Amino acid sequence: MFPTARRVLGTAAGPLLGRGASALSPCPRSRLLSTLAILEQRDGQLNLASLSAFTAAKKLGGTIHGFVAGSKVSAAAEQAAKVDGVEQIIAVENEAYEKGLPENYAPLLVDNIKKSNYTHVISGHTAFGKNVLPRVAALLDSQQISDITSIQDEKTFVRPIYAGNAIATVESSDPIKIITIRGTAFAPATPESASAAVVQGVDPKPEPTTEWVSEDLAKSDRPDLATASKVVSGGRGLKSKEDFDRVMLPLADALGAAVGASRAAVDSGYADNSLQVGQTGKVVAPQLYMAVGISGAIQHLAGMKDSKVIAAINKDADAPIFQVADVGLVGDLFEKVPELTEKIRSS
Amino acid sequence: MSALRILVPIKRVIDYAVKPRVNKAQTAVETAGVKHSMNPFDDLSVEESVDIRDRNRAPGGVEDICAISAGPPKAQDILRTAMAMGADRGIHVEMKEGEELEPLMVAKMLKKVAEQQRSNLVILGKQSIDGDSAQTGQMLAGLLGWSQATQACKVEFGEGDSVTVTKEVDGGVETVRAKLPMVVTTDLRLNVPRYATLPNIMKAKKKKLDKMTLQDLGLDNEKRLKVLKVTEPAARQGGGKVEDVDGLISKLKELGAL
Repeated sequence: MFPTARRVLGTAAGPLLGRGASALSPCPRSRLLSTLAILEQRDGQLNLASLSAFTAAKKLGGTIHGFVAGSKVSAAAEQAAKVDGVEQIIAVENEAYEKGLPENYAPLLVDNIKKSNYTHVISGHTAFGKNVLPRVAALLDSQQISDITSIQDEKTFVRPIYAGNAIATVESSDPIKIITIRGTAFAPATPESASAAVVQGVDPKPEPTTEWVSEDLAKSDRPDLATASKVVSGGRGLKSKEDFDRVMLPLADALGAAVGASRAAVDSGYADNSLQVGQTGKVVAPQLYMAVGISGAIQHLAGMKDSKVIAAINKDADAPIFQVADVGLVGDLFEKVPELTEKIRSS
Repeated sequence: MSALRILVPIKRVIDYAVKPRVNKAQTAVETAGVKHSMNPFDDLSVEESVDIRDRNRAPGGVEDICAISAGPPKAQDILRTAMAMGADRGIHVEMKEGEELEPLMVAKMLKKVAEQQRSNLVILGKQSIDGDSAQTGQMLAGLLGWSQATQACKVEFGEGDSVTVTKEVDGGVETVRAKLPMVVTTDLRLNVPRYATLPNIMKAKKKKLDKMTLQDLGLDNEKRLKVLKVTEPAARQGGGKVEDVDGLISKLKELGAL
């Protein structure tokens, strides 16, 4: 009876009471709810950030299964099985899925989703998730909900639109909800001492139509940009690649930070594409984001304005970045950054 | 190799440089009286299609470049822009002002059109900068059963209908190869879109612009997601400025960031 009452409340007064209603009755229909969390792996190594999907699944309530596929996935599956609250890890071992090609991976997911009648499927809004999940959604005739930052109840989700300049709360009427999550909004679950069953999934063995040729990944000893707790980011003010490297890298090393860049810096060739922070690049939310020589265009802010603390160094006192920065320093970055680097090192 | 028949779906969105405002009723972003233009990623799709022809990049040549947009009457403006950039013709799927399609519906519509137009390559933007869903291209490829390459930064054509695409992925790039027909979505690094020149804008006015409706394609605009509300993001308060580097360091320590 309660679930019915709540459903009425949810539809009639959803816009007004959405958050309050879910706070009063956490997951009353959890028995009917089952979530498949898609985990990413590479060369048999579990991508720990993809365990954020478990965190989101726990917010939904209901049973939680994990899914991993690739050429050698048993170790990754075992690791994921250690996460508390996870009932089962479905593993499919086949070389065809190793690179996550959507033409192979999507039918694989569709078969495994259909077999167990999941109500929710969750993946990170990563290059992999963005590539594969919409294809899965279309094959299941479901309208995917992308890049969510919060879960209000089993059918109501919050996601940024317009580069984070507006926040939409949407209610899905699809029987299977296909969701990608913003990693920075759901901290990854940590493998502990649980031991979920690892079971063999269905393998439809689709004919590959796309061939993986090669990859070229930027190698770095610095923390990964998307998950780093500190990020130092350089913009057009750095003037050249040499200056970018000379000024920004020592600062990053002194702070133990990842390096990011604005689109202007990337387009001008100062930094690699993969370092771009913003609407069209990475979305980060570190403890500290230090913007150096970045004016703060809306597309850039979209990628970093959820950072805990924002610091800005810019010679233009009117730069929009100062409107969002918790602490700003007006000055020549070529003077201030080396001084800052030196003082952090010696402290 | 087959001649390319390229379909280029484009979307009219609020101009990327405009800061969107949420309406008073908190139901949507205010669009009335706001500058609109072609979604920036779609600009890249049009440029790539025209460039494939201009530089003879495909061994089989380019037979047709058709731009398509679903939207209110003003969507014709961006179709004319695409034609001024070099698309051969346009299709306008007419909708009422304020009526919107979800990505799944757009993909269903594009599937019908791609079949009708005998397209063998669909080039879309990787996302629209209003909805930020990043779904349509992948959904279309799924519905058609075609290969897909998302977030392309380089597209090369080889013998035997093969297409090699370098894609932007987390941490670097990845290269995949597939055969036509396929769906490609564009990333910002793919090219630099040209500006339409005045003579070309004049010429574009004479190019063919077909009109149709969703119903003509046998579709109804069925919505799966109900927007309960749209709000402004929590505002961030600037914390003020400091005088020097020492001030910066002590403030960061005070905030617990160092």
